[in-house]
Amino acid sequence: MDDRDLQYEKYKSILENYLEEQSEQTLYKGQQFSRKMIEQQISPEEAVSLHVSVLEELFPDLPEPLKNSYDFLLEMMIGYGFAYREHQSLRNRQQQLESEIEVAANMQQTLLAGKKPEVDSLDIGAISKPAKKMNGDYYHFVQDENDCVSVAIADIIGKGIPAALCMSMIKYAMDSAPEQRMQPGAVLENLNRVVEQNVDPNMFITMFYGLYDSRVHSFYYAGAGHEPGFFYDSEKDQFEELFTKGLVLGVSKKTSYREYQRVLNGNDMVIMLSDGVTECRSSRGFIERDEIVAMIRKYIHLSAQEIVDSVYKELERLQEFELRDDFTLLILRRKV
Amino acid sequence: MNIQSCVEVRNEWDIVKARQSGRNIAKELGFGTVDQARITTAISELARNIYLYAGKGEVSIERTETGSKVGLKIIAADSGPGIKDIRRVMEDGFTTSGGLGAGLPGVKRLMDEFTIDSKENEGTTITAIKWLR
Repeated sequence: MDDRDLQYEKYKSILENYLEEQSEQTLYKGQQFSRKMIEQQISPEEAVSLHVSVLEELFPDLPEPLKNSYDFLLEMMIGYGFAYREHQSLRNRQQQLESEIEVAANMQQTLLAGKKPEVDSLDIGAISKPAKKMNGDYYHFVQDENDCVSVAIADIIGKGIPAALCMSMIKYAMDSAPEQRMQPGAVLENLNRVVEQNVDPNMFITMFYGLYDSRVHSFYYAGAGHEPGFFYDSEKDQFEELFTKGLVLGVSKKTSYREYQRVLNGNDMVIMLSDGVTECRSSRGFIERDEIVAMIRKYIHLSAQEIVDSVYKELERLQEFELRDDFTLLILRRKV
Repeated sequence: MNIQSCVEVRNEWDIVKARQSGRNIAKELGFGTVDQARITTAISELARNIYLYAGKGEVSIERTETGSKVGLKIIAADSGPGIKDIRRVMEDGFTTSGGLGAGLPGVKRLMDEFTIDSKENEGTTITAIKWLR
């Protein structure tokens, strides 16, 4: 007996059962059987044809008009079969696309994941989570031979694949101008030019760039329309906003970026984030910047990495595990 | 036994004619009811494409065989505008006639073999075969 005969016999026995006694249990069996048929990719017209042939065996004297009506039904079902097969084929294609994106996302991870620097004077924490598969946030650390650490955090307005492609370009542009690394303002001016020339006019990039010189414990920074970070003054036990003035990258050809400086004393922190952090939405509405500060304060006794991980976990829970935007949070803390 | 037919397609009645002769031949060759309906639908779609996009053309239906296999072959030919991007029309989700129409990829799935030849401004010939099981 081949599959088809088996199917026929099985269907026949269920249908016979049902015709004998219209019980819910038999209907349940029918439901399970239909699931199996779907698994075996039996199309709607084949299902109808199966039904009709069983019926013809059970009732050889089926009235002619009824028989003819089944032919009509069969013809109708061909259309559904048509749509059903298209659906299956589209679903296969979707799976294929998804696995391609998976590969691209992994590639992006390897491309972008800058190693977290190991510097004696700094405790560094970093976390970046994409809302979808591809991350439109970007962060990157570079450590040089003098133990200077530069850090960039960027957010591409727009999400998903175009943002991710755009980010690869930013990374390349930054890597190809290493001599500017020490001057945050100049870095942003250079990137602004690259973005303005190469990126679609309705795609914008915000960025915060900073450089920590561990010889003088100073943090130099500049921003291009990026979500302001925080500075934690441990002596006063106060959080302040790290304000920067500067236009979003890619808007205007000639833009200059002002450079700022902060001296870090022991336990002082620089906190950088993307708007995915502050635009988290809980059931109570947007999460205020104050609340982020309060969360950081709550975990302040932990290491920098533990702080960012804990804040992320808490925000993830508040949003019921559904990120709406890419999320990036970085902390630099001067060790005592 | 004359198992061959050729229907000229100029209007919607001709689509019905093409369907009818396709169904008759399918029946004669011994196809089951489901396959008969599939073949007819395929013919219907191909004839409709001719009617909609080329204005006129013809659909031939004939018996074909290779080795031990016997089948039904549909040839839909027109000298219409042709298809610019064949890959695109063979993609699911692409349809110009609106509606559900899985169009050509749908026809391909209904049949066992499917080939398409088209030149811009010269016309299109589509050949499809269903084998008897």
